[in-house]
Amino acid sequence: MARMKFLCDAERCIECNGCVTACKQEHDIPWGVNRRRVVTMNDGVPGERSISVACMHCSDAPCMAVCPVDCFYKTEEGVVLHDKDMCIGCGYCFYACPFGAPQFPQTGAFGVRGKMDKCTFCAGGPEKDGSPEEFAKYGRNRLSEGKLPVCAEMCSTKALLGGDGDVIADIYRDRVLHRGKGAEVWGWATAYKLPANPGQAPAAAANGTKS
Amino acid sequence: MSRQPLKASWKMSWPKTMATLAGAMAALMIAGCGERPQVVNYKQGTYSGKPDTPAFDNAPWNGNHEQWIKDLKQRAQAQNEYKRIGG
Repeated sequence: MARMKFLCDAERCIECNGCVTACKQEHDIPWGVNRRRVVTMNDGVPGERSISVACMHCSDAPCMAVCPVDCFYKTEEGVVLHDKDMCIGCGYCFYACPFGAPQFPQTGAFGVRGKMDKCTFCAGGPEKDGSPEEFAKYGRNRLSEGKLPVCAEMCSTKALLGGDGDVIADIYRDRVLHRGKGAEVWGWATAYKLPANPGQAPAAAANGTKS
Repeated sequence: MSRQPLKASWKMSWPKTMATLAGAMAALMIAGCGERPQVVNYKQGTYSGKPDTPAFDNAPWNGNHEQWIKDLKQRAQAQNEYKRIGG
């Protein structure tokens, strides 16, 4: 069973915004919406670090927990997706998300919010795979084509890794062993932390409901 | 000579036209009663949206989940440049 995850290597990210551009181009994202952003800490100071941030497809996704209309679902691979036809654009998910991933297009005057848009791990949404409807609402479905998220595949320095959690963790471990530093994985503790009792499956998940 | 039959035909079709119009009006008014319920009943804690098909249901995997995972894992290895360049 694969468990899809993102991993951003702060030692390698050069703030080129290639991931942001690739994502916007691949999914034809409208102006004002950024599914992925590059955040720089201590900008201009020696030792500054940049990280590429998007939806991390959390193990226990807070957006799923707070959604009043339950429009979120999780695929077998752990990709958190949502049904835009159900979304009411309330913004609760935005407040709940520790990564600021949910985006809301401004669809009218006075800051009227549209339906939430976020990273889909290039997995589309609840429309026919590869259909124009799916592309219009969620963007391209690369996973159904056997491809990985475009942001990770396009990353020039391979700072951003995407794919099965075990595989990318192995790649990162290999890298850390070679360079001998920078073992900290940004965001993983927040997104993929183990439950308090790791041996026991969460009750909600065992019942087949959302966690 | 040609006016007479026309008038006669109009007079004859008049009730028919009125009946058709009345039928159309009635259908239009009744259409409002046939509206689908617009209030969705949400069940707390469960996904309420449309079902989605798994990514591996498409060609060339056609439902072969194991092979799809294997292919994606192999593709993910391309992100490891130590392996790509043989370092």
